[in-house]
Amino acid sequence: MAKRDRLSGNEAVAVAMRQINPDVVAAFPITPSTEVPQYFASFVADGKVDTEFIPVESEHSAMSACIGAQAAGARTITATSANGLALMWEMLYIAASSRLPVTLAAVNRALSGPININNDHSDTMGARDSGWIQLYGENNQEAYDNLIQAVKIGEHPDVMLPVMDCYDGFITSHAVENIELLEDDEVKAFVGEYNPDFYLNDRENPISVGPLDSVSHYFEHKRLQAEAMKNAKKVILEVAAEFEKLTGRKYGLFEEYMMEDAEIAIVVINSTAGTAKEVVKSLRAKGVKAGLIKIRVYRPFPVDEIVKALKKVKALAVLDKCDSFNAAGGPLFTDVTSALYGRADGIKVINYIYGLGGRDVKTDDIEKVYERLADIAKTGSVGEIYNYFGVRE
Amino acid sequence: MRRKLKLSLDSDVTWKEISPGGVISEAGNAEKFKTGDWRSIRPVWIVEKCTQCMLCFPVCPDSSIPVDAEGKRTEFDFDHCKGCGVCAQVCPFDAIEMTEN
Repeated sequence: MAKRDRLSGNEAVAVAMRQINPDVVAAFPITPSTEVPQYFASFVADGKVDTEFIPVESEHSAMSACIGAQAAGARTITATSANGLALMWEMLYIAASSRLPVTLAAVNRALSGPININNDHSDTMGARDSGWIQLYGENNQEAYDNLIQAVKIGEHPDVMLPVMDCYDGFITSHAVENIELLEDDEVKAFVGEYNPDFYLNDRENPISVGPLDSVSHYFEHKRLQAEAMKNAKKVILEVAAEFEKLTGRKYGLFEEYMMEDAEIAIVVINSTAGTAKEVVKSLRAKGVKAGLIKIRVYRPFPVDEIVKALKKVKALAVLDKCDSFNAAGGPLFTDVTSALYGRADGIKVINYIYGLGGRDVKTDDIEKVYERLADIAKTGSVGEIYNYFGVRE
Repeated sequence: MRRKLKLSLDSDVTWKEISPGGVISEAGNAEKFKTGDWRSIRPVWIVEKCTQCMLCFPVCPDSSIPVDAEGKRTEFDFDHCKGCGVCAQVCPFDAIEMTEN
């Protein structure tokens, strides 16, 4: 039986962690993710979980401890943001290439510098090629639901990859919203026991983890790792189907909002989707065929599926809450356009960088994007591809 | 049902057969990794000068001075000797000489 509650995103994620009851949590505090290990530490102190909580001295150590614990055969979860994630960088790659399904609540915050503690996606976008699966959530409910599913996705024998549950700092992490929680035993039954095929503490079948991998074998290991990321797409959908049976909440690789007959559309990630849906609703009321795609699974990137969803669109804007400094466009833009190339070449695509360092995103801003798309669809003239909104010109 | 991990260190193993993450499920596998071709100089064992004092074999940073069942050193294992020359340095009888590889 589901129960209704009102929680901040961080509280909801900490509750999910309590319900999962992981073997190990190793974490170091950083705004805006601090509350996740803070709430969780109180569950440990109150005896509500059996978890070994390791308060480490840095994020590099946090991820190192998670890797060691997961390799030993323990289900392991941590949380971080921005520069904390950056300090984990080396270990992110080691977790993924060692095929250790650590779960990380990645609370999105601008990566310094200049120093800024507010929300954008420059932290996790930088880790997009680290080999981690990345799930993104619009609100508290999705942050909670994605964390529970993340554990099951990562641990699947065909995947064995670490997973980030990404949600917007402050906007989602600190705002209190209504939420539907599962019962503790439902979550425990859903994630099940962690039974890896091989682990360091298995005395009957001893193994070595993390050895030198020279020219003769490294490439084969990386090729196998790439295959795991391909397998993940199917597993993510299977886990989502099982989750839907339990909760009635439907998850896919992305959410299509009024895309059925959409002629102009935007692709967006995380909480901005909520603001943009309001704009789509008001445009629809005026008869404008506007739609929206909200990416849930960014790694693996749903190339074929997104082309299918977009192929009838005339003009498209991809919104990046992160700049790439490649003088060409944001990371989501380059992924969407490379997906479309050769598969749906008729679509006019533009990019907007927005909301950096927590700059407010208003419905007016998004309305202007749709206005420009309507103009592009009408005239066929694209103009500047790489744009910004919300910055003082 | 747990999957059994296959050891796959052979040089012709394909990516489909290799162990995930480079996990190794067998002890003593360093022997399969031949490092002798790193060597630029080579130790020569001069048997007539050797007294079997056994000072050389424990200083080898690898295990490239094999000892037989009778406790006597035998010819170098050139599949793994990297030519560091430590054995030649410790030999009190000049029974090991370093030469061009």
